[in-house]
Amino acid sequence: MRIGDAVSTYPSDEAIFRTQTQKVWMGIFIATLLTFPFVSSPYTLFLACLVGIAVISATGLNILVGLTGQISLGHGGFMGVGAYTAVWLADNMGMGLALSMPLAGLLTAAVGVVVGLPSLRVKGLYLAIATMAASVILHFIFVHWEPVTGGNAGINLQNANIFGINLNSDLRMYFVVVPLAIIAVLGERNLLRTRIGRAFIAVRDRDISAEVLGVDLLRYKLMSFGLSSFYAGCAGALWAYFFKVVTPESFPLDTSIFYLAAIIVGGMGTVLGPILGAIFMTLVPEILKILTAVVVPILPNAQVLLSPVRVVVFGALIVGFLLYEPHGMAEMWRRTRRYSHLWPFKT
Amino acid sequence: MDWLFFFESSIAGLATGAIYSLVALGFVIIYKATRVINFAIGEIMMISAYLFLTFAGILEWHPLIALPLAMLGGGLLGSVTEKLIIRPMLGESPISVVMVTIGLSSILVGAAQIIWGPGPRILPDFLPRAPIFIGELYVSSKIAYSALIAIGLLVCYLIYFRFSRGGVALRATASDQAAAFSMGISVPKVFNYAWFFGSMAAALAGVLVAASGGLSPYSGSMALSILVVVIFGGLDSLTGALVGGLLVGWLETMTGAFLGGEYKMLTIFTLLTFVLVLKPYGLFGTKEIERL
Amino acid sequence: MADDILELKGISLSFGGLKVLSDVSFTVPEGKITAIVGPNGAGKTSLFNAISGFYKPQAGEIFFKGENIGHLHPPKRAKLGLARSFQNIALFRGMTVLDNIKLGAHSHLKTGLLAALFYIGKAQREEMALREEVETKIIDFLEIDHIRNMSVASLAYGLQKRVELARALAIGPQVLLLDEPVAGMNREEKEDMARFILDLNQEWGMTVLMVEHDMGMVMDISDKVVVLNFGQLIAQGTAEDVKNDPEVIKAYLGSGNVSDMRRRLGVEAAGSE
Ligand SMILES: Nc1ncnc2c1ncn2[C@@H]1O[C@H](COP(=O)(O)OP(=O)(O)OP(=O)(O)O)[C@@H](O)[C@H]1O
Ligand SMILES: [Mg+2]
Repeated sequence: MRIGDAVSTYPSDEAIFRTQTQKVWMGIFIATLLTFPFVSSPYTLFLACLVGIAVISATGLNILVGLTGQISLGHGGFMGVGAYTAVWLADNMGMGLALSMPLAGLLTAAVGVVVGLPSLRVKGLYLAIATMAASVILHFIFVHWEPVTGGNAGINLQNANIFGINLNSDLRMYFVVVPLAIIAVLGERNLLRTRIGRAFIAVRDRDISAEVLGVDLLRYKLMSFGLSSFYAGCAGALWAYFFKVVTPESFPLDTSIFYLAAIIVGGMGTVLGPILGAIFMTLVPEILKILTAVVVPILPNAQVLLSPVRVVVFGALIVGFLLYEPHGMAEMWRRTRRYSHLWPFKT
Repeated sequence: MDWLFFFESSIAGLATGAIYSLVALGFVIIYKATRVINFAIGEIMMISAYLFLTFAGILEWHPLIALPLAMLGGGLLGSVTEKLIIRPMLGESPISVVMVTIGLSSILVGAAQIIWGPGPRILPDFLPRAPIFIGELYVSSKIAYSALIAIGLLVCYLIYFRFSRGGVALRATASDQAAAFSMGISVPKVFNYAWFFGSMAAALAGVLVAASGGLSPYSGSMALSILVVVIFGGLDSLTGALVGGLLVGWLETMTGAFLGGEYKMLTIFTLLTFVLVLKPYGLFGTKEIERL
Repeated sequence: MADDILELKGISLSFGGLKVLSDVSFTVPEGKITAIVGPNGAGKTSLFNAISGFYKPQAGEIFFKGENIGHLHPPKRAKLGLARSFQNIALFRGMTVLDNIKLGAHSHLKTGLLAALFYIGKAQREEMALREEVETKIIDFLEIDHIRNMSVASLAYGLQKRVELARALAIGPQVLLLDEPVAGMNREEKEDMARFILDLNQEWGMTVLMVEHDMGMVMDISDKVVVLNFGQLIAQGTAEDVKNDPEVIKAYLGSGNVSDMRRRLGVEAAGSE
């Protein structure tokens, strides 16, 4: 037997869930996800959908930034492309989500590849600013291409269907969003088991050496841009189906920063990180709201301060994590798990 | 074509550009020394303008006292930032360092809302009011005097960095940190010094911009234009900052005057895209050499 | 004469005004160990970079198995079998040892994006075959089983060098280019590495082109030695020929003190440490 672990074959050594315990936990997790919407309040269900969409988008950004090491400030713009495209396809071509979302994703991927072209000549911060230029240009298009985008007023989604089922409730959206989020994450996880994931990480860690070792930089950088934008486009499409309206202000530059923050707080370059980050960053405003409600009796003007405090907390989270836990919540999770494994006795 | 309008707009544009150049200079000083892209420079401008508002508007001190104090405040903000959040990030990936400054800018925006309220404010007048005519051309006095003050500080900086000990240390550090260190230059001090002076330049520009354009917690977003300037000129080039500032300021104003305000961002960012594709390191930036 | 697998003709390379290589020509015989030696800054690594395609020489041609590969991009050259290790360790710090090695095989794998995302049968089979091959051919051979799941960043220097070699082997080398494979190692590690290189050459028939400062090792294992100085090829031939070449002795004299020279040339053979 070659491998010192409990597992003894290559397939089981490279499986995603390697031990029985992991499989059991996964089962419990899925069961929880299935029952959650039936016991949750309408508001938490609403939040769950938002979280699901954020997980997809953050996972997409993680592929580009966390795995491939290309900074992008265009992610919000990409979500916008997906959202507009999906609405347009649904309302003008009568498509259901099963078609409009992947097509929106594909178009966004194409846009992402074009935006990624400068990555062949510029790196790091120059690239970040090039992607920012892309998002400014996209925003301009959203505002000014009125026949398609409806200008500043935006467009409404009339025909929100999937396989003929009207997506008119958060419950139905939940059962669309959550499975897609799981697929999205599994896709990323699978990628990491193959040559493509390895090539991405090689490009991130040492691009020139990777090239000399046989990784075509052009191809993999653009592939990463395309795939990441595909995720963003799908997330944008779901967002549009969820809110049933898209305007140019739906996806400002702040959206891109929000997602960067989410993957940093969660843990860049890991599979778990973007999930944790997306959940956490989506829920922070809600936590603050609850805190405010608690504080109001003592501090009557807390309500007024809520919005600026939210801005400060957002920034402080980014700074705090980068300074004190640069590997994010995923690392905290790993530590707790290791600790809990040892407690109260070694397993 | 209305040539009078064209020239008037051009002068206004170049005047705006002079202020851009000043901010860009501050940006480049920080980048040269520490290799940090400071996304919070717009917010440092904004906070400094609020400081001026507090000193001159609320406490009613004389502008000649309030202005230097606001600049000092901006400089100190930069220096504290360097100490508290930039230095611990030494050696981290550029993504992380950029994100730290983005986080900082968010903190500053929120703090400004809490301290000074979310609404727009107007700075007390402190620049001469009489309009200026160059021949037949009318130039708004605020803009003209702002530009003159900005140019004044620019010149001081250029002379200072050329000849002072600090300037020499800064340049030595920028070109080779290890060598500078072995020559006995205290590199951490230089970092702090660069953040102080860079932020102070931004602070003055912040007050000047707010003097004619008003002030709100979100004023810092004008630094988007500055990003275009420094990428255009080259992140590590002082000349690039000066030329880029004038050019972007001019182009932005002309676009606003002839096409309308909503085209401003589009124009300069389109320009930026072309520059990046054709000259990836800007007009005057140095190419980074990669080795295996 | 054995067939030459690699042939360099008149390679000249400069950066700005700095001439790094001037008119360098030599051949690498198939199935042999060829060493490139020369003082610091002689242009050895630059020569490797030119062979890999990372540097584009201003003049000269590079023939691999009789074909001019001067116009090929680096990844294409890797795919042809020009595999290399790096002087300054260039492992991918975010990956485990196993993944670093697997990356070497990148250009021979076929899994596309869709297959990868869903890890469908094809992708899985390819990965498993790769794992099998890496385990049996490379990991066993280099005796690195115990570290396969460790992150490369946590490894000792000597082991990192070994993983570099492993990764180069995964490329499926026709020519193995090793840039200072034993630099910075202790004696024991050096001996291990020398043994691996010899085994590769003798048992696998591998052609090796290596840059090495350790003259003892060069003299011991190489069939052919090429000497570079200030970008110029000043001597080539067997270890014995080169050692006694007056040009070579002069070059080393210029670069350091005499005893250092003698030591490096292995004149006092035993003392080479
Ligand atoms: N990309 C580059 N730009 C400018 N100069 C370079 C570049 N690459 C190498 N050089 C110069 O070329 C010369 C040869 O360098 P090279 O690294 O090839 O030497 P070497 O023989 O490998 O030395 P060592 O034994 O120290 O590894 C050096 O003077 C180096 O500074
Ligand atoms: Mg070398």
